[in-house]
Amino acid sequence: MKTFKIGGVHPSESKLSAKSPIRRAGLPKQAVISLYQHIGAPAKPVVAKGDEVKVGMLIAEADGFVSVPIHSSVSGKVNKIDAVVDASGYRRPAIFVDVEGDEWESSIDQSEDLVTLADHPELTPETIIGKVKAAGIVGMGGATFPCHVKLSPPKGTKAECVIINAVECEPYLTADHRLMLEKPDEILVGTELVMKAVGVEKGYIGIENNKPDAISLLAERVKQHPHIEIVPLQVKYPQGGEKQLIAAVTGREVPAPPALPIHVGAVVQNVGTTFAIYEAVMKNKPLFERVITVTGKDLRQPSNLLARIGTPMSQLIEECGGLPGDTGKVIGGGPMMGKALMHLDVPVCKGSSGLLLLGEREARRKAPQPCIRCAKCVSACPMGLEPYLLATASSLRKWDVAEENGITSCIECGSCQFTCPSARPILDNVRMGKATVMALIRARNAK
Amino acid sequence: MNVIWIAVIILGVVGLVSAVVLYAASKKFAVVEDERIGKVAEVLPQANCGGCGYPGCSGFAAACVKAANAGSLEGMLCPVGGQPVMEKVAGILGLSVGASAPKVAVVRCNGTCANRPRVVEYVGVKSCRVQLLAGTGETACAFGCLGGGDCVAACQFGALSINPETGLPEVDEDLCTACGACVKTCPRKVIELRPKGPKNRRMVVKCVNRDKGAVANKVCKASCIGCGKCVKACPFEAITLNNNLAYIDPEKCRLCRKCEEACPKGAIHAINFPPRKPKESAQPVAAGETPAAEKQGA
Repeated sequence: MKTFKIGGVHPSESKLSAKSPIRRAGLPKQAVISLYQHIGAPAKPVVAKGDEVKVGMLIAEADGFVSVPIHSSVSGKVNKIDAVVDASGYRRPAIFVDVEGDEWESSIDQSEDLVTLADHPELTPETIIGKVKAAGIVGMGGATFPCHVKLSPPKGTKAECVIINAVECEPYLTADHRLMLEKPDEILVGTELVMKAVGVEKGYIGIENNKPDAISLLAERVKQHPHIEIVPLQVKYPQGGEKQLIAAVTGREVPAPPALPIHVGAVVQNVGTTFAIYEAVMKNKPLFERVITVTGKDLRQPSNLLARIGTPMSQLIEECGGLPGDTGKVIGGGPMMGKALMHLDVPVCKGSSGLLLLGEREARRKAPQPCIRCAKCVSACPMGLEPYLLATASSLRKWDVAEENGITSCIECGSCQFTCPSARPILDNVRMGKATVMALIRARNAK
Repeated sequence: MNVIWIAVIILGVVGLVSAVVLYAASKKFAVVEDERIGKVAEVLPQANCGGCGYPGCSGFAAACVKAANAGSLEGMLCPVGGQPVMEKVAGILGLSVGASAPKVAVVRCNGTCANRPRVVEYVGVKSCRVQLLAGTGETACAFGCLGGGDCVAACQFGALSINPETGLPEVDEDLCTACGACVKTCPRKVIELRPKGPKNRRMVVKCVNRDKGAVANKVCKASCIGCGKCVKACPFEAITLNNNLAYIDPEKCRLCRKCEEACPKGAIHAINFPPRKPKESAQPVAAGETPAAEKQGA
């Protein structure tokens, strides 16, 4: 069984909602659609207070190449454009839409029929990338990097294969797993669209073997797509990391930044993103809803919900049986890389893959003890770094030491902190150091 | 005997050749250091704090000599030694220095535990920079002090400490040398170096919240809401209002305390002033307020 070679850990999987089919979440009373849903420049609003909007209507346009447009997820009237504390924990501008009815743009194909590439022989790479860009698609695994940028490799690089990231290595999350079980053909067509867009003949779908039902289903359906190969992978965190997945599937190592996956010929897309690409190209549907796993050990009904962007998280919790009494922490995303939310009305955004409710005891952090030099963090680091050293250098503000030891290569997966027997806040310090070093490098390059 | 002579001659020749090479090298690669640098460094405090912006006291001394060669010591200031030390430096270099006001670090946030309710609990590394990665902090204020104590760690003179009651850093004005390390460290830019002022007295807007008034008012009882009353009250045009935040220009401020009275939120503080004598005109206002407050309570 394939997997990546360096480091990795195996946290308890806790996929509580794996058997729960995707169901539609109710419409919110007011959708709060953030303008900061992607990496890059924030979108610029093109609507004003009082404007009527329909589902799928453009409400904010991309501001630059690394930026994407944003579409209304509901129909109704724009109430205001104001700041809101979103999943990042910061106050950022958002468009507030009061919901009235559910009227979709007429250009969107709402039927469930499968449209294949054979039905549209006229599609060229340019039209596919154009439609992806216009639909505002971002990496939906959580990184929210604009998808069209990834589909347009920089000059001097050549894509050799497309890898679809269906690993879902984060514990608890099952959104991608359920999507594969319920929309396998759409995902395969989406994969072909990505392959056509970047002009390659070979596609892989990497799935961890804790999802045998998804592997067998896709293996059966893939027979109609001879250029796509299903690659079962050994369960290991953080296999869903772009570089780890490339290493697991192709055996190639992506060099340290600023090198990109494309430098080893790989284009990686998340399976949720692939489905969104299918819908954007074949159904004319912009990205305004996504599957989100709402889960937690004490939650009455852990579920996978198809929620509109801008729905408050509190509403999703209500739809899954309400907030358990002893909730100590609510995390946006998975337990390893997710971020604690500042309040429960944080709106769903394009990168929201999960909502995890932890009990008071589960959420408590252990008191850190002195480092015992066991080097478990070094063995666990999937990037081959020395986390204890980076953490110490960061906390002592030795930015040069941190930079020399490759702090910018850190993918912030948290394996070091997870494995530390002394419960030391390794990642907290490394993250701070990485942010500072990146800022220093940017300042240096700007000179 | 022969062997001894050979040894003496060989060693003698080696010694001679080496002496010539060393002499030539010492002439060719001689580093002429201005002797004034050492003299200037001697009068500096030797704290090597870097507050002047140069790497240590010797670096500052070298920079002073270089500036003196260019003709003026303007802009050169040892924040620790202040005016007396700069006068000594100028004496060595045969120049004069203009008067510069001694400065002190001022914490521009009054978001105490009582004024600014905590909306979330942060559990993790006690550091402002780390805390900022998790979001805006424990209170809903996106601008004020986080209380993580990065400034306390940065201060080499022990002038800063976190008051456990308020959760905010406090400056010991006797120990503060205005080296600026805390100003550079604070990720929220809450600390500012301000002139100490006559008799150590100064007026400060203790708030850095640039949100609109309604938002700022909600998150903190002591926030500046940008109402502009202080701007109107100031007879010397010392107060400016930018991004919903008032700022007092220490150069123009004449310490009349009119702005302090005008501020409806108590965000303007008069520091080191003696307690006010009860004014006659102040009495009726205070008396009038009390019944109103009672009415609200009832």
